[in-house]
Amino acid sequence: MNQTYAVAAVTAVVLATVLIGALGLRISRTTSDFYVASRTVGPGLNAAAISGEYLSAASFLGIAGLVLLQGPDMLWYPVGYTAGYLVLLVLVAAPLRRSGAYTLSDFAEARLESPQARRLASLFVVGVGWLYLLPQLQGAGLTLEILTGAPGWVGGLVVAVVVTGAVAAGGMRSITFVQAFQYWLKLTALLVPVLFLVTAWWGDDAPRARFDAPAVFREHTAVTIDDTVRVDVDAPLTVTVSGRVDSTAYDGDRVTLTEGGHLVEAGTTLGFPAGAHVPERAATGGDPSPAAGRGDPRSWSQPLADGRDGHRLYATYGLILATFLGTMGLPHVAVRFYTSPDGRTARRTTLVVLGLVGAFYLLPPVYGALGRIYAPELTLTGAADAAVLVLPDRVVGGTAGELLGALLAGGAFAAFLSTASGLTMSVAGVLSQDVLPSRGVRHFRLATVLAVAVPLAVSLVATNVPVADAVGLAFAVSASSFCPLLVLGIWWRRLTPPGAMAGLVAGGGAALTAVMATRAGLAPEGWPHTLMAWPAVWSVPLGFLTMVAVSLATPRRVPAGTPAILARLHLPEGLVGRPRPGQPEGAGR
Amino acid sequence: MPAEHTPARRPRRETVTGVPRSARRPPGHAPARSEISEQTTLGHTYVRSLMRSQLRAALYALAGLALLVGSLPLLFALPTALGHGTARPFVWAALGVGAYPVIWLIARWYVRRAERNESDFTGLVEGR
Repeated sequence: MNQTYAVAAVTAVVLATVLIGALGLRISRTTSDFYVASRTVGPGLNAAAISGEYLSAASFLGIAGLVLLQGPDMLWYPVGYTAGYLVLLVLVAAPLRRSGAYTLSDFAEARLESPQARRLASLFVVGVGWLYLLPQLQGAGLTLEILTGAPGWVGGLVVAVVVTGAVAAGGMRSITFVQAFQYWLKLTALLVPVLFLVTAWWGDDAPRARFDAPAVFREHTAVTIDDTVRVDVDAPLTVTVSGRVDSTAYDGDRVTLTEGGHLVEAGTTLGFPAGAHVPERAATGGDPSPAAGRGDPRSWSQPLADGRDGHRLYATYGLILATFLGTMGLPHVAVRFYTSPDGRTARRTTLVVLGLVGAFYLLPPVYGALGRIYAPELTLTGAADAAVLVLPDRVVGGTAGELLGALLAGGAFAAFLSTASGLTMSVAGVLSQDVLPSRGVRHFRLATVLAVAVPLAVSLVATNVPVADAVGLAFAVSASSFCPLLVLGIWWRRLTPPGAMAGLVAGGGAALTAVMATRAGLAPEGWPHTLMAWPAVWSVPLGFLTMVAVSLATPRRVPAGTPAILARLHLPEGLVGRPRPGQPEGAGR
Repeated sequence: MPAEHTPARRPRRETVTGVPRSARRPPGHAPARSEISEQTTLGHTYVRSLMRSQLRAALYALAGLALLVGSLPLLFALPTALGHGTARPFVWAALGVGAYPVIWLIARWYVRRAERNESDFTGLVEGR
């Protein structure tokens, strides 16, 4: 791939982000502008900004890579990300806007009148935010590495610096413009190449992608393995090898690999003949456990459990619950509702978001299917997330292919930048209000640096730890902690601060512990492993039940202002905001 | 604070703290409206009725989502369980394309229903 075009495209996206941010800075005059864009963002602009923020690298690159590796079952990810917005719309959107909460911590404090509940919620907001920021920074590093060969930390650093600059300088007003621009950029960056790709595919007699059999090399292909990997060969296979296979050194020799597992060491180049089956990549690091799946530390999300149907069905529902219910608790999603003028607009905005996000998600699966046909070696090298980036060069070729590849690279960077800036904005908002000593724009800027620095440091140190699953993990934790808090807080009168806090800890804590334990390899084989890798099916009910049970056990702790708050959450704006005579404005809030 | 004399004949039971934001504010309160803002038992009953109708709309929408989208994994597992091969083309069609318009239509139905609930409620409270 031509590096010049790709670097130019990434530079252009970064410059455009900074320029639009600076434009926002010029009109971002008041503190209110800074934090919430003065709550005057209309549905069209706000919906584009929300979509731009929501469609992260996991959507732009990850879904195509997963479909390439695992087939159409992986389409549950984009469907879940979309349906999550529907659940958010029907249960939370308008009341959350009317609550006047800027962050989820504000909501917890306003609803429960308890500073402790606020602090606990802040802890979860920062945790979920950092979990979600980490893969954005790592993905940026991976993308830049694939495109230009730059070391892995460069991309993360570029994203961190640009995001810190844009957020700290212009705040919410400028971020709104930046993210709206980035939605349209991302859509264009996927849509234009897909037209060329499908035309080329049609001209190639429209070969079918097969997912029920191993992928097949269409032509003689040389594959260089970057990290030591164990592969499963399903039938004897003759390849040319330069490097070490099964502890034997070769130098361009023809070797016949027998059926079964083989260890291919890092730096080895394998030459496959046309028509050969692509060997399956076994678990990384020579870990032979089948339940660990074909999970790759560099993939965005965990594959659904292999093998038995029961596990697969359970894992699918685990994924569905986590994404359907987890969206509402993502910190950068909640902040966005506050920029709408009122509850009714918040609802209409969400409807537009559903249209924009749904339209976007029609595209990544096409890349996944085409990648299975034209870039099958990605299942072996493990860099399946690169499918979107390499396809134009592979299928269209020539200068056109390089230009399209550059467009996709720019789009991918827009994805990192937009999601990272939204997350940074919300994490920094919580940090500046609840951690740093005083409020004000200057401290917000300090908090911004802190919000980015921590995940950046982790992404630099822990490059080989499989932290990229963090997106799925963030959804599971959010679904088990914030979903019960928001739903019960909005619809149930008897919620008490002790109940809410117990539910947050039990649900969110259980989901976090289970996934971390699975990652650390502590989960036993079979059902325990599946249950712990996909915790949402049991941890969401656990969160809800704990919240309800503890609240019912502490009936005297129901906050005194509950009826007033619930009235404010549910009544249309015109009917409230008239406090009783003699009662100061803001009482009972 | 400017002392303002409104030309209204009966005195308004309201503490004036500044220039009225909107001159088009309807004169006086509808009874139900003051019940709500003064948080009487009757006011709470009004709020509860709105909450109940909004919750019902939300639950209908969620039931639609569960029925039309949430049941798909079971549907996909059916051919394999019955030994009739796989449902792959159907999986592509349902998850790749079909789910999004269904989700959007549920959302649109909900938004209309919720807005109608609110305008019905406003009408009731304003006595129109």
